Amino acid sequence: VRSCVEPQIEEDYQAVNVDLQTDATLQVDISDALSERDKVKFTVHTKSTLPNFKQNEFSVVRQHEEFIWLHDSFVENEEYAGYIIPPAPPRPDFDASREKLQKLGEGEGSMTKEEFTKMKQELEAEYLAIFKKTVAMHEVFLCRVAAHPVLRKDMNFHVFLEYNQDLSVRGKNKREKMEDFFKNVVKSADGVLVAGVKDVDDFFEHEKTFLLEYHNRVKDASSKSDRMIRSHKSAADDINRIASTLYTLGTQDSTDVCKFFLKVSELFEKTRKIEARVAADEDLKLADLLKYYLRESQAAKDLLYRRGRALVDYENANKALDKARAKNKDVLQAETSQQVCCQKFEKISESAKQELIDFKTRRVAAFRKNLVELAELELKHAKGNLQLLQSCVGVLKGDT
Amino acid sequence: MNAYIAYKVSTRTTLPMFKNRTFSVWRRFSDFLGLYEKLSVKHSLNGCIIPPPPEKSIVGMTKVKVGKEDSSSADFVETRRAALERYLQRVVCHPSLLQDPDVREFLERDELPRAVGTHTLSGAGFLKMINRASDAVSKMTVKISDSDAWFDNKLQEVESEELQLRKLHAVVESLVNHRKELCGNTAVFAKSMAMLGNSEDNTALSRALSQLAEVEDKMETLHQEQAASDFFILAELLADYIRLLGAVRGCFEQRMKTWQRWQEAQSTLQKKREVEAKLLWANKPDKLQQAKEEITEWEGKVTQYERDFDRISVTVRKEFLRFEKEKSKDFKSQIVKYLESLLQSQQRLVKFWEAFLPEAKAIG
Repeated sequence: VRSCVEPQIEEDYQAVNVDLQTDATLQVDISDALSERDKVKFTVHTKSTLPNFKQNEFSVVRQHEEFIWLHDSFVENEEYAGYIIPPAPPRPDFDASREKLQKLGEGEGSMTKEEFTKMKQELEAEYLAIFKKTVAMHEVFLCRVAAHPVLRKDMNFHVFLEYNQDLSVRGKNKREKMEDFFKNVVKSADGVLVAGVKDVDDFFEHEKTFLLEYHNRVKDASSKSDRMIRSHKSAADDINRIASTLYTLGTQDSTDVCKFFLKVSELFEKTRKIEARVAADEDLKLADLLKYYLRESQAAKDLLYRRGRALVDYENANKALDKARAKNKDVLQAETSQQVCCQKFEKISESAKQELIDFKTRRVAAFRKNLVELAELELKHAKGNLQLLQSCVGVLKGDT
Repeated sequence: MNAYIAYKVSTRTTLPMFKNRTFSVWRRFSDFLGLYEKLSVKHSLNGCIIPPPPEKSIVGMTKVKVGKEDSSSADFVETRRAALERYLQRVVCHPSLLQDPDVREFLERDELPRAVGTHTLSGAGFLKMINRASDAVSKMTVKISDSDAWFDNKLQEVESEELQLRKLHAVVESLVNHRKELCGNTAVFAKSMAMLGNSEDNTALSRALSQLAEVEDKMETLHQEQAASDFFILAELLADYIRLLGAVRGCFEQRMKTWQRWQEAQSTLQKKREVEAKLLWANKPDKLQQAKEEITEWEGKVTQYERDFDRISVTVRKEFLRFEKEKSKDFKSQIVKYLESLLQSQQRLVKFWEAFLPEAKAIG
């Protein structure tokens, strides 16, 4: 399936992009995207007055792996240890949708032409929705980076935006993936260790407790919301099939009851489109929001972990210095080492505090925006359904 | 000691054939089956469409939460009660069946003798018999006459309608199940949102999330009631009519059998006449007498069977038209009732979200 998204991505999909100052000095968006057999090509469009770019406006084509490369380069950069690194966008996943389209093709012989066309349109709409979502998520990542006072100046970011050749960031090979796996395992074990040490600073102690609990609950809410929305979609699909069967019944004859069936079939066609929209909006405004804050809260936890590591290093350096002084051996070395650790820890603490405050502000604003929009959309759809039902019942009662 | 469920059947009437104006009796499920058997034996040969009772087996019965209690036995009893009520109402709406003394006895008599043998002739069992017979008959692809085109067409319509109703019933059952699933998942989600709200350290957001959890809780109740509507109004309507269409088919087959009997009598008569002709030539006077008697006998039968066939054709036609009218009325009223329940759900949804919106706006 090849799909092109129009240059203007609908308001709908900027689900979590909120409270970011749109700055004339650097504006980034994804202006176009192409879905090919096994990859998606994003057109990253930049408008900037910064002097280090050759032009004021330019575009490049990037794939998902290149976003990951950029994200990982931030994570691996010691200079950014004190910041919440914007979470990487999830991999575009069309597998489920493609499988459904394939199954439909295989089952073409067993259904009527109308049913087939209808289902095909549904699945194509679903595919398009997933596509738009993945575009939005990649865009949010870039916008977060562009809005960050320090990250926006990053060299790799500028290369990502400007260099109009392939970045040759091959997907990590098997060996590297294994190493990554072990790195993560060690990190999480460490995380438990570090988290166990009580922090002197009240602010960070509170944040640690808060984030650990919050992250777990967001994770739970996220998976439960997905399940709920899936059931909703299934119910909408059933109403679709009911509409089709009623239509078949209605076309068997031109009796009173057949005309009745046709009217009801038409009603169900319309209401199920609204139900499908309700499920889709819940997905966008609620499920996606929860998923995003799952990733962001993880990024915040990672920041706390890095600070915790730096604290441990600092304390160890202190102990080493005391020992060196006691033995009067390698004191200068120990002093330098201790100073470096101290500076690193203080630098991280300072920026981390601001980052965590910003995180809260962003979170509250994003939830507010999405919950308000969710309520407004649910109201709109319920009123739409209500009107359809009222007018249909009125007509049907009038007929008898 | 065998425990069983008894259903209270209450009647209100102005008809003079009943002793009182209002009265109640207690009946068990086998009594209803017994009534059906008696009516079938008496009337199905006339081409009457006898309303079939609900299924005896509970296999494949969708269990739906009627109330908040999660007792599937309560649901089963309610489902059966409603089905038995619809069954009786169809019986008493039928002008000829209402006149049947068995019906009157069923409604009025305090103690009814236990119906025996109902395990073999439950509604489904009897229908199976009819279906087997109809298979044998439909193997004959004979057109009776020009006027028979009407019966032919109607039978085809019935068969294709039954097919569509079965399809529709399957989808509605799927809808009921998905709604029940949605109901469960919504409840679980509501709890997780409440937990999230507890964790949230911004006060206004925390409150809004708790309010959202409450809205989702209310939605759970809504979904539950909707699933009950889907089942009791829609699915059961379809199940009833699938059974009824089976009975209609049985009716048409009954008419075919009557025609067959007439045809067979005619061919027997023809054979007898041939025998008589042969005997005339062979000059055997005593055998000839016997042959003439047999001819008279079969001529009588042919006339009788032809009259039977004409009569059953009239009845079936009349019954079918009456059935169509009832069906049309039934579907319209039930579907409108169903749409009205959907309508009420949406009205409540609007209220929930209207109450929540200011809470969401108050965040920040």
